[in-house]
Amino acid sequence: MKQTRVLMGMPITVEIVDAKATAATFDTVFEYFRYVDETFSTYKDTSEITAINKGVLPQEKWSADMKLIFALAEKTRVETNGFFDIRTAGDRYDPSGIVKGWAIWKAAEILKNDGFENFYIDAGGDIQPHGLNAKRKKWAVGIKNPWNEQENVKIVHVTTEGVATSGTYIRGHHIYDPKHGNRPVDEIVSLTVIGPNIYEADRFATAAFAMGREAINFIEHLDGFEGYMIDKEKTATLTSGFERYTIPGIKK
Amino acid sequence: MKKYVIAGILVVAIAGYLIFTNSKSTPVAANTPSGGTNGTSSNGTPGTTTSTDMGGMVMGHYKDGTYTGPVTDAVYGKIQVAVTIANSMITSVDVPVYPTDGGHTQQVSATAIPTLKQEAIAAQSAQVDIVSGATQTSQGFMQSLASALAQAKA
Repeated sequence: MKQTRVLMGMPITVEIVDAKATAATFDTVFEYFRYVDETFSTYKDTSEITAINKGVLPQEKWSADMKLIFALAEKTRVETNGFFDIRTAGDRYDPSGIVKGWAIWKAAEILKNDGFENFYIDAGGDIQPHGLNAKRKKWAVGIKNPWNEQENVKIVHVTTEGVATSGTYIRGHHIYDPKHGNRPVDEIVSLTVIGPNIYEADRFATAAFAMGREAINFIEHLDGFEGYMIDKEKTATLTSGFERYTIPGIKK
Repeated sequence: MKKYVIAGILVVAIAGYLIFTNSKSTPVAANTPSGGTNGTSSNGTPGTTTSTDMGGMVMGHYKDGTYTGPVTDAVYGKIQVAVTIANSMITSVDVPVYPTDGGHTQQVSATAIPTLKQEAIAAQSAQVDIVSGATQTSQGFMQSLASALAQAKA
């Protein structure tokens, strides 16, 4: 069974291979994303993060999840030399860069705790698989061609690893020039990170992408992570262990 | 297997827009002015219309022309959407301003690493279960799109 809904400003797809999945199973997963959106969306006047940004919610009244996200964001900021930071220029907090991967991972935990073995959750191209697909094979994940939405340029095979891609906004064959700074972030177009789970893969994909061409070196140095970086010359750079994911038959 | 074509992105954006506008209780004037360079803040009210107006969009009640929404906060930076209407139908959605980084200026310290393998990207024909790619629909995208469409209302 497979369902897609638009939540948190993106399409979220859940596919469950296990026969015991019901409509209620999907409702539970999507309800969790709705809760996350209601709590962490800076676009909602009623969200907890908006109350914090307005200065009307003192820290001792923050929810446990909010405190956790701030702690995880700070951990990530330190681990990425400041390239990841939920503090915005306007002295506000925007935790969406860490909430997304965390929410996908937590939603997958809900399914696992309910006894589901074979499924994936895909939120806007960031993916948490589990188990095997309907053909009893590893999940085949295509890395999208940034210049052609209908094409994959690489296929990786995963079971429980998270796969996250960060990229610039591209339409047709044109890459828009960046509006700020002289840093070569525009040199790279797409960075896919495979990590122990989608929370880990997504936070490092997000942070590393902001590093420009150094991104792939950063991922290379992270134990347990592999990366595939596409630059504007349409050249891909692979971390040294990436290719073990490209062969379906090889166990990692 | 699913693959997002450009049209798919639009459909998703519009679907999301519908949900987004339906969740708003405050009607907004149809002629939202262009936000220029520094428009809506992320928690401000976007230039939304009612879902009835969205029906108008689908049926084609917009004036021809190109309309640009305000620069809006997206997940990793600013985003701005421009929509072109021809024969009362949306013919293109462009993104003149898009998020590229977190606004940071730090340099990554160069570290000695082994030379990594490189390859030219090439289309793969094998079937896949899932596709990983950069998220191209965001609430910032939808907000700016909504404002651009509000300007196009006849």
